[in-house]
Amino acid sequence: MSDHPLVSTENLSVHFPLGKNLFGPQLYVKAVEGITLQIPRGSFFGLVGESGSGKTTFGRALLKAVPISNGHVEYHDEDVNYNLETLTKAELKDYRKRAQLIFQDPYAALSPRMTVRDIIAEPLELMGLTSSREETDEKVREIAAKCRLNLEHLRRFPHAFSGGQRQRISIARALVSTPKFVVADESVAALDVSIQADVLNLLKELQRELGLTYLFISHDLSVVAHVCDKVAVMYLGRLVETAPTRELFAGPKHPYTKALLSAIPSLDPDHVSKAQKLEGEIPSPASPPPGCKFHTRCPHATDICKTQEPAQEHVTESHTISCHRWKELDVADAAE
Amino acid sequence: MSEKLIKVENLTLQFKTDEGLITAVDDVSFEIAPGEVMGLVGESGSGKSVTAKSLMKLNPGNAVYSPESKITLTTDGEDISVLDLQSARDLKVVRGGAISMIFQEPMASFAPAITIGDHMVEQLLLHTDLNKKGAAELSVEMLERVGISEAGKRFDQYAFELSGGMRQRAMIAMALSTKPKLLIADEPTTALDVTIQAQVLELMKELVTEFGMGIVFITHDLGVVAQTADKVAVMYLGRLVEQGPVREVLHHPAHPYTQGLMDALPKLEDLDAPLTPVAGDIPSPLERPSGCVFHTRCPKFIEGRCDATEPKSFGVFTDHTVSCFVTEDQGVRVA
Repeated sequence: MSDHPLVSTENLSVHFPLGKNLFGPQLYVKAVEGITLQIPRGSFFGLVGESGSGKTTFGRALLKAVPISNGHVEYHDEDVNYNLETLTKAELKDYRKRAQLIFQDPYAALSPRMTVRDIIAEPLELMGLTSSREETDEKVREIAAKCRLNLEHLRRFPHAFSGGQRQRISIARALVSTPKFVVADESVAALDVSIQADVLNLLKELQRELGLTYLFISHDLSVVAHVCDKVAVMYLGRLVETAPTRELFAGPKHPYTKALLSAIPSLDPDHVSKAQKLEGEIPSPASPPPGCKFHTRCPHATDICKTQEPAQEHVTESHTISCHRWKELDVADAAE
Repeated sequence: MSEKLIKVENLTLQFKTDEGLITAVDDVSFEIAPGEVMGLVGESGSGKSVTAKSLMKLNPGNAVYSPESKITLTTDGEDISVLDLQSARDLKVVRGGAISMIFQEPMASFAPAITIGDHMVEQLLLHTDLNKKGAAELSVEMLERVGISEAGKRFDQYAFELSGGMRQRAMIAMALSTKPKLLIADEPTTALDVTIQAQVLELMKELVTEFGMGIVFITHDLGVVAQTADKVAVMYLGRLVEQGPVREVLHHPAHPYTQGLMDALPKLEDLDAPLTPVAGDIPSPLERPSGCVFHTRCPKFIEGRCDATEPKSFGVFTDHTVSCFVTEDQGVRVA
């Protein structure tokens, strides 16, 4: 029971309809396509990929914030067991308490007309989690202290705060309903390195203290390498590789993961990246290429890659990959 | 260094606001030679962009330059004192002429209702002797040069039809088409994905070698600096706290602030290293700390000294200067 993943998806797809075409068939943007993934309880699960790869849509699908077109999402904690496609209204309301979202831009996410106390208290009041104002205040103070906000801060408005403090306010707001599962969507992308380190440490601390499970969406691989225990790499709506962080960074198998890792600028000026540079850009999800979605930019693509979509295979128990040629390439890499 | 491109001496700049005078840049000096790339690093609010904009005198009307401030631009053997230029007409020599700028958000830098081509042609007509036809030809050539496929077609498109990476390339093509002597790049890759960032950085390096121009590269990403710059200048609250050759500064950061920035950075080489943030928040520019501006957050703060007097710039190694009492006490670093 306890080793049951908190959130798991099976063949999850999210398609958005494109503008109506009177005669032709209805066209779709396949933002997320056939993703099977398990997020273990208590993990800091990283999700990386370029913009347009479907990371955000996937995160929102797990929160049931976008309609699920196909497949299953299951949520499983010690009290409840939900199948996200068939939630009743009451169940959905309950699920909103258990799964929360932290946004990217702390400047846009907080209403300028509400005090910090009201911002943090809003979810409690909307969900009817507290019965009196005193109880609400009590809970707000408790979570604010955990997120290292002063009591005096609660009376002020968001404009009085710096980016790091604002992000702590958004975190407090997300955590006030005591969720189990938190989707952090590029939560440190807008921050300076020093503040970024501070917020990452806070997220880690809160995870230990409150027993949280995170889906940490980011495009910054060095951040992901530092905080996450497992990483999934997405490309054009597909999952290309999943592995424990260290395994992935020590030995990436998918050509896309390799390219991503080699594109990170090294802190050592004398370090010359030996791996291949990726040519071109990510194709439009409205007209994805056939076969393996990565073949248009892949240096190792062959005929099979252009026509057939690769299936998900296991490298090890916890390391999955979707590539026709990973075994050959692995042998070639080892020979080098 | 005999050849000079731009020399900034004692640049101090204040903004007049309702709350009083705000010091944005405080006694900053540096110089850049042709073909040299200088990385300008620091947190938001440290005065990086304001410093760079001063090079073109592009700051808003409430900016007050102190009388000691001096910026000398050397182009074709002629020295121009930028801050003494008054009218927009005189400043044309500098703005878009000898100096071009690339901005962070390429979407916001192109007018949505004007084609990429019209943008490029307009500035070429303003700054060069080319006629419309020649300007259009040069623009298409520049678009090809920065690696945009089907340049002729892109020329007639609008900014929204281009992807982020392509927009930034178009921006670079536009900035370089007037053959500037100095390019100011204000966080040019921050909004881009790593793979695209790698492509754009590669392109910029190629162009430096080809055109031999100097670049001021503003960024908060030390990794990007390490891969592109020849020298680094670190800013904090308007002060230039440390500058030197890129290898020197990154391998032997001498100022506690630079050290703090390095410690806060997630490093791929060492995944177990803890991420240590620089303690506290950057103070409001209205409450500038006395003495060393960094003393409120400095782990090596000496009471009675750091908060009383401002540290002078001190040469810790060849070409490597730092403004810090603690480092100064330790003396010149032995190689």
